[in-house]
Amino acid sequence: MSIFAVVGYAEPWYIQIVKSLILFAIAVQIVPIVLLAERKLLGRFQHRYGPNRVGPFGFAQPLADIIKLATKEPFRPSTAIGFLYGLAPIISLLTALAAFAIIPFGDVANIFGEQVGLYGIDVGIGVLYVFAFGAVAFYGLMLGGWASGSKYSFLGAMRAAAQLISYEVAMGLSLVGVLMTAGTLSLTQIVEAQSGMWYVVPQFVGFLIFVVSAFAETNRAPFDLPEADAELVAGYNTEYGGAKFASYFFAEYVNILVVSGIAVTMFLGGWLLPFGIDPPGFVDPFVVFAKIFLFVFFFVWIRATLPRLRYDQLMSFGWKVLLPLATLNALVTAIVVVATS
Amino acid sequence: MSTDVTRWIPADDTLVVQRAPQPGGAGGAYRAFGETLRGLKTTMARVFEGPKTISYPEEKVPVYPRFRGRHRLHRFEDTGLEKCVGCSLCAAACPADCIRVVAAENTPEHRVSAGERYAAVYEINLARCIFCGYCEVACPFDAITMGHDYEMSDYNRSDLIFTKEMLLEEPLERTPLRSEGE
Repeated sequence: MSIFAVVGYAEPWYIQIVKSLILFAIAVQIVPIVLLAERKLLGRFQHRYGPNRVGPFGFAQPLADIIKLATKEPFRPSTAIGFLYGLAPIISLLTALAAFAIIPFGDVANIFGEQVGLYGIDVGIGVLYVFAFGAVAFYGLMLGGWASGSKYSFLGAMRAAAQLISYEVAMGLSLVGVLMTAGTLSLTQIVEAQSGMWYVVPQFVGFLIFVVSAFAETNRAPFDLPEADAELVAGYNTEYGGAKFASYFFAEYVNILVVSGIAVTMFLGGWLLPFGIDPPGFVDPFVVFAKIFLFVFFFVWIRATLPRLRYDQLMSFGWKVLLPLATLNALVTAIVVVATS
Repeated sequence: MSTDVTRWIPADDTLVVQRAPQPGGAGGAYRAFGETLRGLKTTMARVFEGPKTISYPEEKVPVYPRFRGRHRLHRFEDTGLEKCVGCSLCAAACPADCIRVVAAENTPEHRVSAGERYAAVYEINLARCIFCGYCEVACPFDAITMGHDYEMSDYNRSDLIFTKEMLLEEPLERTPLRSEGE
């Protein structure tokens, strides 16, 4: 198996550079939108308006937040370990953006006479790439919490480590069913395999497990124990401020987009539309973004609904419910796949 | 009868409390899932109810007719003379000691109030006022009443000392008044 999937065409070298720049630009553009959408929606869920003072309807609020954070004094606690303290947010940010590159926004398109795949890269190892970067991203949290030299940060980092390890197992196993049904690891080919029926229907259990572990993997409510405000001030990023804090914040929202993108690709048919609607190729990215935003809406909806889990509940749920369920799902899928082939 | 002394034997008057099923197991998972869906429905219903926010500087909550806001001094509507005769009863009644009155005699050439004397100086220090309304009660001529204004913040402490001219004027911005039965 090669590192890159066999796509049957070659992209010129400059296309790769342009694509990575465009992907970075898209991530930078979308995160403020998600941020504002979250605060606005959360407001509506609580009988409020949400931010509506800066600019028309509060649309300039994320800009104001970013300017505020970027112009703050770079602050470092005297107990912090300087090198790692600076490096940790960069790890978080880099891994989140790298994982964003794998989400396919469409099929191969013909742009200015060149065959261009509407994704960052289509790697042969597919989702393993995402899990690899997810595993490295956890160093960002861990190192950040430890290098801050603060007990709250350290506790938050410990919780993050335990939580990410526990739920990554269930998350990986929940995707095994999809991979077996599709018979490939390449994300574009998984999407194409869903042209008959989206995998959310035959792999509904896997979908549920994936969604739950996605909440845990992105440290979102109700699994936001690593940054439980009431207990840990802010968890691993307690001692961070200014641009470093903005990096963590940015990485968290890119991670939300990444898991939403993976869920859309794996279970909701990527750029495919139901009922045999087949729009021209340039619509595909918009379909994917619409589905991702539906997922983000669900993230906010859950955050507005569910209270934070207790720590023992989190652990027992991950190991005693999700992991056996995911294993059983993979087993049943394997039997069905073998029996029907 | 069991010989196990650690076992608690309920008395006749003990009420048996019906507890919720213990979490865990397939039933627990099913209940947790169902309750999650119910919670999602509850929060979504809040969205459709719409925001309850009153955007304060643009929208204001109407005050009740007996709301005790900033004081106002009054004139007779027909003659235009001030109602205040400078008797200082309001200053005497004030528990916060925030009213200062200096009375002067009316003369036929210079007639300010309807009585013998008038208030040459009438100052209320709103930084000290507690808006109890005792001045309004003490006044024998209804010269001072509590108005409906409550937006009185200022940058300077001395700006909060309201003089007679300021208290006699109509307030610049009227506070919405609650209508009957609202």
